[in-house]
Amino acid sequence: MAVIRDMIPPFELYQPTDVDAALSLLREHRDDAWVLAGGLDSFDWFKDRIKRPATVVDLGGVEALKGIRERDGGGLEIGAMTSLADVAEDEAVRASYPLLVESAGLVATPQIRNQGTLGGNIAQDTRCWYYRSGWPCYRAGGNICYAATPRSMNREHCILGASRCVAVNPSDTAPALVALDAQMLVARRGGEHQQGYAAADFFVGPAIDITRMTVLEPGDLLTRIVLPAPRPGARWYFEKVRDRKAWDFSLASVASVLEMDGDRVRDARISVNGVAPVPVRCEAAEAIVRGQVPGDEIALAAGEAAVEDAHPLRHNDYKIALMRNLVRRSVRDAA
Amino acid sequence: MAENLIGADIAPPDLRAKITGRARYAEDFRAEGMVFAKLLASPMPHARVRGVDTRAAEAMEGVLGILRASDLPGDDPGREKALTDEPKYEGEPILAVAAVDETTAAAAVEAIRVDLEPLPFVLDPLDSLREGGPDARLDGNVRRGREVETLKWPASVFEEAGPDTLPMGEATVEWAVGDVEAGFAAADAVVEETIVHQSVTHHPMEPRSCMAYWQNGKLFLHGSTQSTARTRPVVAAMLDIDADDVVLVAEYCGGGFGSKIAGSPIMAVPAALSRKIGRPVMLRVTRYEENYIGRARAGFQGWARLGFRADGRMTALDLYLVQDSGPYGASDFTTAGLVSSLSYQPENMRFRGVPVYTNTPPRSAQRAPGGAQIVAMLEPLVDKAARELDVDRLEIRKINAAGHDGWVGANQGGLTSAYVREALDLGASVFDWDAKKALSGRREGTRVTGVGIGLSPFVSGTTGFDGLLVVRPDGKLHVHQGIGNLGTHSIADTARAAAQVLDLAWDQVVVVWGDTSKHLPWSSVQAGSQTTHAHTRANHAAAEALVGLLQELAARDLGGSPGDYRVADGRVFRARDRSVGMDFARAARRAIELGGKFSGGEAPDDLHDMTKASVAGLAGSGLVAAAKDNYPREGATFSWVIGFCQVELDVETGQVEIVDLASAADCGTVLHARSLAAQTNGGLIQGVGMAMSQRWVFDPKWGIPFTKRFYTARPPGILDVPRSLRFAAVDQPDPQTPVGAKGIGEPPVGAGEAAYACAVADAMGGRCLCRTPLTADMILAELEGRPRPYGTLETHV
Repeated sequence: MAVIRDMIPPFELYQPTDVDAALSLLREHRDDAWVLAGGLDSFDWFKDRIKRPATVVDLGGVEALKGIRERDGGGLEIGAMTSLADVAEDEAVRASYPLLVESAGLVATPQIRNQGTLGGNIAQDTRCWYYRSGWPCYRAGGNICYAATPRSMNREHCILGASRCVAVNPSDTAPALVALDAQMLVARRGGEHQQGYAAADFFVGPAIDITRMTVLEPGDLLTRIVLPAPRPGARWYFEKVRDRKAWDFSLASVASVLEMDGDRVRDARISVNGVAPVPVRCEAAEAIVRGQVPGDEIALAAGEAAVEDAHPLRHNDYKIALMRNLVRRSVRDAA
Repeated sequence: MAENLIGADIAPPDLRAKITGRARYAEDFRAEGMVFAKLLASPMPHARVRGVDTRAAEAMEGVLGILRASDLPGDDPGREKALTDEPKYEGEPILAVAAVDETTAAAAVEAIRVDLEPLPFVLDPLDSLREGGPDARLDGNVRRGREVETLKWPASVFEEAGPDTLPMGEATVEWAVGDVEAGFAAADAVVEETIVHQSVTHHPMEPRSCMAYWQNGKLFLHGSTQSTARTRPVVAAMLDIDADDVVLVAEYCGGGFGSKIAGSPIMAVPAALSRKIGRPVMLRVTRYEENYIGRARAGFQGWARLGFRADGRMTALDLYLVQDSGPYGASDFTTAGLVSSLSYQPENMRFRGVPVYTNTPPRSAQRAPGGAQIVAMLEPLVDKAARELDVDRLEIRKINAAGHDGWVGANQGGLTSAYVREALDLGASVFDWDAKKALSGRREGTRVTGVGIGLSPFVSGTTGFDGLLVVRPDGKLHVHQGIGNLGTHSIADTARAAAQVLDLAWDQVVVVWGDTSKHLPWSSVQAGSQTTHAHTRANHAAAEALVGLLQELAARDLGGSPGDYRVADGRVFRARDRSVGMDFARAARRAIELGGKFSGGEAPDDLHDMTKASVAGLAGSGLVAAAKDNYPREGATFSWVIGFCQVELDVETGQVEIVDLASAADCGTVLHARSLAAQTNGGLIQGVGMAMSQRWVFDPKWGIPFTKRFYTARPPGILDVPRSLRFAAVDQPDPQTPVGAKGIGEPPVGAGEAAYACAVADAMGGRCLCRTPLTADMILAELEGRPRPYGTLETHV
């Protein structure tokens, strides 16, 4: 069959206005249903005719999934369908979670941040160009990884966590949410059951399920992202390294939160993305930093620890140095 | 006295339509009964079509017809046409389907079974030059003169070179000036490097969509093209019809950069499909398809050796370029030879090159083809020599710059003008080079400052085209323009030359363009930075002819001799008594009454046939004047842009930020200051993008590209450059053209690219990575002493 791209095939479009209706549509259509949030990831798949869902459930009209509100006892709840621009501009988020503001503000372009949602940014698929080109790889249900052969073009692929698949998680906000110790709330089984996941546990590597990026299964809906009350005096750092200053996924990004006790680190959460199939929580680096004054020496040691298990592919050895340096900066330069 | 139009900022007549969205591009047109076409593209980089089963597609409701390569004239597989049975790159169109809508056409394409016989393919030119290496085409792997032939270098050539030096076997093009070995013997410093420049896709914002229908044997074509007059014969040839039978409508072009110089081969598809099925056909080319059929700049694998005396003068330049020609050829490498000779005026020079076919998308001119690449490849090496000799980097460029007596190329042809040193000084002052160079190597935290200069010449003018003017009975001057509306404002800006000669206010001028039924003159292609030069001349010539006709007409009606009369402010009048005269409206009416040469009944013999036909078409509509540009010119016309760039390189991430970007130009007289700045700054950014981020990546095993989306190809964005770019022009007239203006579209590209590359090398303490784009991965690997991500000669990475 000849291949044709850039032409969306027809599908049945459903536009529910509440969460229950969305969930019942997803239950009804199950494996045929595609959840549409901002569409930045979905329409690429549709245009290329690689993913061809019979049914698309557009969450754009579900007002309950939008907006940001304060929680009793501190913290914020962000609806999964809240746009990245709204997240980055929200007063309460800006006041207490500048790390999230920074990461959301560096996504793609202003147009994409207006259209793209926080939930979509977290749950997006990988950008491995073999997979996105429709090649029948492991992640697509086949039995090979085209990106990990001796001649593959894999500059943007992973150095950690590979398991048959070497794709990386491309989300900018994901590492920030891991560092912020956020919770993802997932509605499932028709809505009577809501399950919370620690941000780090929300993402799924290929060793667990090679065809998914997150815990979300058909019928599930990511509804809210819950941010715990900010820790007073915590330092933070975020950096995204990319080839150009707009409309670019990261080569690697880092997010850190250092909870301080005077000038010493009481607790640290450091997360790196773009280096593994999931946003990596750098526990070895965190352990080195805990209880220490975060000077350059400790920071460098943390960076070295973070890349201890890294293995380069043919073209991405640089990511080892990049990740080490980003972790180092996330400790040294956190403010 | 009307205002001085030359140099003034005047909004072009199409601006409002573009800003409000009223401007209609090819895809915006509709015709009664119009249907849609979709393309079936090759899934393999090189194959032969053994058979096509279209039965299922043809049985689908709404499918109206299928076009194959055999439906189009021409059977030489080595010459590109819109469809092919021997695809030579992944994505090359094999056939097209017409259907009532695109959804049906796409479904029909998917229902077609194509039986393909895979053929050997090659991506890397050096692989093809090895003994036993694959050829991209069945008729050979290189072009020598007009012939395609097979060229293989002995294994020893590769072995002796090793993995990090360009192997240099037999070249197909070679020339020399002086004795290059003697030049090196006289040198106090010699720099030698192997350098790789990537290929890059053009990425115009408007893909080459096209709509066509036929009426009374004439083809009506709405397309996207850089040039109007020059596209018509090309379209006619693709369909084997007379150029007179093509009505081309192309008022706006959403960017071309050299990829739509005379339209595109794909225009033949809706035209031939429409002829076949008897319905208007729209082909909306998608962004994905544009990446394949939309042309690309040719990449080089090169080697250069430069020799300098202690005083900074270049004694010898030895250059070898292996060009990636794609499947159908490119001539960038020969232009690169010319441009490098012009840049440095070496006392001795040798140029060698070989253009190698590959199974990658077709190449074409891309804004400073060959020039931008070679400037970006060589300028960092000049800096390396300057460091070694302790000569200032501005000075070394001034020492070697061409003057008015400069030369270019193997035959050492002369120049019309060259204010290069003036441009270097002007740019240095705009950028504050003396202060900025003191910042070189400054480290603040993890960021190191680098500064660089990029000197970039490019051809900027041709001669010998036609101008065509009509004074209408309402007194307005219609300037007919056969050039295209590429977005450079040339349609309006070159018309100023006519108004200036006539001393006419700009609001009395109507520019006629973009539709060959509007009687347009034969014109230059809107490419090669030709238009400003060629069509200020042609319009100047036509305006002088118009003055002559007005004087003759006035003398005839009002007495005296023609020489007694002057033309200004929309009137022809006696020089000694302004009250004796007539306005343009009356002159136009009189011309119509008199007929003959006054109103287009006769035309000068030396006009092109197209212009003669247009004059005949306009006959009786007013006072008609047409003339060919016969102004003398000796030597070739070149413009220069000098780019200046300041960067900060983060040594922990390899990321580079541009802190300052400025440029200065020698482009003759400034015709339109604001537009000139826009052209120059846009070109600089395009060039910076090639050095910074723009990529062209193929899987080497399967021969399939990945940089077919904007986000993976990474052309530069506006946030990649500082908010304010500074620009100045020398503004000295070229003495060999009546308005003094030279073209400017192309030289800024190399200036931006080279200035950036030099600034990055400067921030790395003079280390030259000798490859573009200079992405964070390569910079970081170098700074950290880690394995380089790619081999020295690797291409398409």
